[in-house]
Amino acid sequence: MPDTQALVNDFLNKLKKRKIEGSQATAKQTAELLRSVISQTRMPYTNQAAALIHSVKAVGERLIAANPVGCMHVMAELAVGNVVRRVLHIIREEDLSLTTAAMAGLNLSAESDDEDDTDRDNHPALSAAAIAAASRSTLRPPSLQTLLEDVPDSAAVPHTSSSGGDSEGKSKSADKSSRSRKLKHDVIEAVNELIQDISTCHELIAEQAVEHIHQNEVILTLGSSRTVLEFLCAAKEKKRSFRVFVAEGAPRYQGHLLAKELVTRGLQTTLITDSAVFAMISRVNMVIVGAHAVMANGGVIAPVGLNMVALAAQKHAVPFVVLAGSHKLCPLYPHHPEVLLNELRSPSELLDFGEFSDCLDFGSGIGAPLLHVVNPTFDYVPPKLVSLFITDTGGHNPSYMYRLIADYYSADDLVLERRTTSGN
Amino acid sequence: MGAQKKGATARVSEDPEELARHPLQAILLADSFTTKFRPITLERPKVLLPLVNIPMINYTLAWLESAGVEEVFVFCCAHSKQVIDYLESSEWSSQPNFSVTTIESHNSISAGDALRLIYERNVIHGDFVLISGDTVSNMSLTQALQEHKDRRKKDANAIMTMVVKQSKPSPITQQSRLGTDELFMAINPVTKQLLYYEDKAEYSKGFISLDKTLIADNPSVILHNDKQDCYIDICSQEVLSLFTDNFDYQHLRRHFVKGLLVDDIMGYKIFTHEIHSSYAARIDNFRSYDTISKDIIQRWTYPFVPDVLCGSSAIKVERQGTYRASDVTLSRSAQLGSFTFIGQGTKIGNDTKISHSVIGERCTIGSNVTIEGSYIWNNVTIEDGCQLRNAIVCDGVILKSGAVLQPGVILSFKVVVGQEFVVPAYSKVSLLQQPTQQDSDEELEYADSTSGTGELRSDKLNGDIAPDLSETASELGTGGVGYIWTVFEGAYDEEWRHSVAPIPTDKLVKLMLDKDEDEELLTQDGNVISASRELKADSDGNGSEDDDNEDSRDDYVSFEKEVEATFLRAVHENVKVDLAVLEVNALR
Repeated sequence: MPDTQALVNDFLNKLKKRKIEGSQATAKQTAELLRSVISQTRMPYTNQAAALIHSVKAVGERLIAANPVGCMHVMAELAVGNVVRRVLHIIREEDLSLTTAAMAGLNLSAESDDEDDTDRDNHPALSAAAIAAASRSTLRPPSLQTLLEDVPDSAAVPHTSSSGGDSEGKSKSADKSSRSRKLKHDVIEAVNELIQDISTCHELIAEQAVEHIHQNEVILTLGSSRTVLEFLCAAKEKKRSFRVFVAEGAPRYQGHLLAKELVTRGLQTTLITDSAVFAMISRVNMVIVGAHAVMANGGVIAPVGLNMVALAAQKHAVPFVVLAGSHKLCPLYPHHPEVLLNELRSPSELLDFGEFSDCLDFGSGIGAPLLHVVNPTFDYVPPKLVSLFITDTGGHNPSYMYRLIADYYSADDLVLERRTTSGN
Repeated sequence: MGAQKKGATARVSEDPEELARHPLQAILLADSFTTKFRPITLERPKVLLPLVNIPMINYTLAWLESAGVEEVFVFCCAHSKQVIDYLESSEWSSQPNFSVTTIESHNSISAGDALRLIYERNVIHGDFVLISGDTVSNMSLTQALQEHKDRRKKDANAIMTMVVKQSKPSPITQQSRLGTDELFMAINPVTKQLLYYEDKAEYSKGFISLDKTLIADNPSVILHNDKQDCYIDICSQEVLSLFTDNFDYQHLRRHFVKGLLVDDIMGYKIFTHEIHSSYAARIDNFRSYDTISKDIIQRWTYPFVPDVLCGSSAIKVERQGTYRASDVTLSRSAQLGSFTFIGQGTKIGNDTKISHSVIGERCTIGSNVTIEGSYIWNNVTIEDGCQLRNAIVCDGVILKSGAVLQPGVILSFKVVVGQEFVVPAYSKVSLLQQPTQQDSDEELEYADSTSGTGELRSDKLNGDIAPDLSETASELGTGGVGYIWTVFEGAYDEEWRHSVAPIPTDKLVKLMLDKDEDEELLTQDGNVISASRELKADSDGNGSEDDDNEDSRDDYVSFEKEVEATFLRAVHENVKVDLAVLEVNALR
């Protein structure tokens, strides 16, 4: 697949050159890339889902292993990984529903042999046992057992139909090709929906703003997040009048940008230093922040400084609300080694090298630096400090996150990176 | 010359389109044309030496790629085959939108030769970045490039932009940080034009001299001694042709930059671009190797730090700035201090203490070993009870039990140090014998190609090593293999300055004292520029007349007489000032 290779390389290049900014854009483009990978995958006659999963996984592994230098790589890695897992889950789901339909067709073949495709929608009418059996066999495609099981399964189809007395060769090939086209088609449809979801997540989250922000409230936020900006502006458009405190978010001071943006949209804004958060929190009605990732236990990987804000909010019983698009839901737990890794950035964001170069003088004294500058990018906010998550599907309690994640991801795909490292 | 100038202006007229069309190119000199890293560079080119466990050239290439350069020409001279083989087997040969082309030469002995050869190849079609393969940076080129292009549009003579960085002007910082000589630059604060560049300022004299016209022509001049030259230049095509026109230009700074600054016939100008928050530095000697390694470990070069460059899974940063690969075998009782890097597959024994050091891949380190501030490359075996302080230990070295390396020791490839042997401070040990010619540092740089003589000698030596082994055994203790290089008489003074070891306290005190004296001298003058003889003589003359530059003073006594005569004649015959200037200039 030379075309796919070129696409993957192009995408990686874009990531490296920082042409893709933000996790939403990263997620969206990853999904689009995977969509074209799927559409270019040649479908074998048997075990199509496994073939699709294989090609998506291969690309996913490359994306994650490439580890784009220069972007905020942990964040990009999480967003890319999440989308890869989502797409894998979609393939599994579609395969499951198709197999269920095929099983249904199998059971009903005596009556209506040629209505395989339309039966799919009717499957609730089938016996629950048949669906359960089908789902059990399709839920673990990469395992050896499934590979073995799949062969008799597909062999059984023509066999039964031949016993039904139809022209066996024709029905076999027709069934195959329609099913293969169907699976691919369905998967691409579903990935399109995912892309749609990702691109509209800001609006979907912002729609809920009026339910949460009330008249004359004071909202506190830290740093800058596009989701938060849209959320606040949506409330403003609905004629809510409220005030926003923006903590500047040292050392990158993205809060300054957010404050500027809010003011141009006509919101009453107050800029404070990060260290003033505790002093101001008693006047605040609600803290609303963005996140880099939401973990499976409801913990949040967020810009540095947010743990402190969350603790201050808890002390004064101020609701701490986290906004996150569903592509930010990560099926990993925070103790997972991939996540534990914080990203330490350059000390030059904190101090000027020229001014401090005499402190970094290794030639004199003991020959070792006495000054050590630590500049982490992320904070981990434990789930007990979060009052509410607002995602594009609505508001959720932190303890409910695992349930959402189970809806979006298959358990089989959680260890995507592990397989990569052992495979290489 | 005139024709060439015309060509230049003709090119400028179509410049905007041309610049837009061409991909950004870079020339990477994979040879420093110096001998400061000997004896290591006799066996491996400098750009492939590991810097925090990654070959130096990778930092430079990674930066060029991220800065938007699309085409890199790597000029290899010494050990060119090793460089080419490395690049071909590395990931750089297969990057999309980033091509790395090697240009090989065996007879180039300087950067000047290299650029002349590249000019002959005719591969550079527009502005290019000139960098050497031992430069670490994370600056963004966009702004510097834009400034360069804007200036070019206004003035076709602005052919080069030099990147500089502020470094704290403490008395000894420059020397103790990067081990380079103190650098003086005069810069016009408004236009950022570089007016004066002197990196060999002589402290013994306690003054530097500036051209009088420099102050006359520029409304304001700031003389900096707190700027660090990053050795990253954005050049226009003319730079290459200038090197070809002036075939005696060898050194980029000493000849080319100074030559342009002195030359007022062509009127070419050099500008500076100062970087503030980003990092850039060049590894010039062992001291800067040490300093830049520590800067990398402290993450000043982010994102070009080991854990990001190697991929996130291979190396992790732990607390206190410790970098550890995933499969290190570490004894429970071993103590890893702060700012330490441990590479893959390394085994560390009981009660071993390691701090501020870089340990490469697949090393075996025994028990009760102390390692401080040292750089240990790959496949090194260190037996029990060894002590290493501020040393560089190359690939394949074996330290027998109880060996001690005093500060500043360099052990080149595959040296074996015998049991309980103490390698004295600042010694350089190699399997290859020291080149016998007693060149001063200066001459070596030009007269001796690192590749030619180096390889020649090593060939000759390989035959000799076997019979000599019994003799050298005594030189490095029982069972030791290698030659301890003797230090040149004149160079002995410099050893501590360029070594990896911190400057000894007594030298430090002496330096400070020297500095204090200098400072007194300088402050007497109000403005930092201390007046030289010429300047004083001029200041009571009528000002617009000549002044010859300081460097040529000794050689040109007769020239001065000539000038004096011309000057007198000009006054007597009432010649116009312009004509007199022309006449005096013609005397040069």
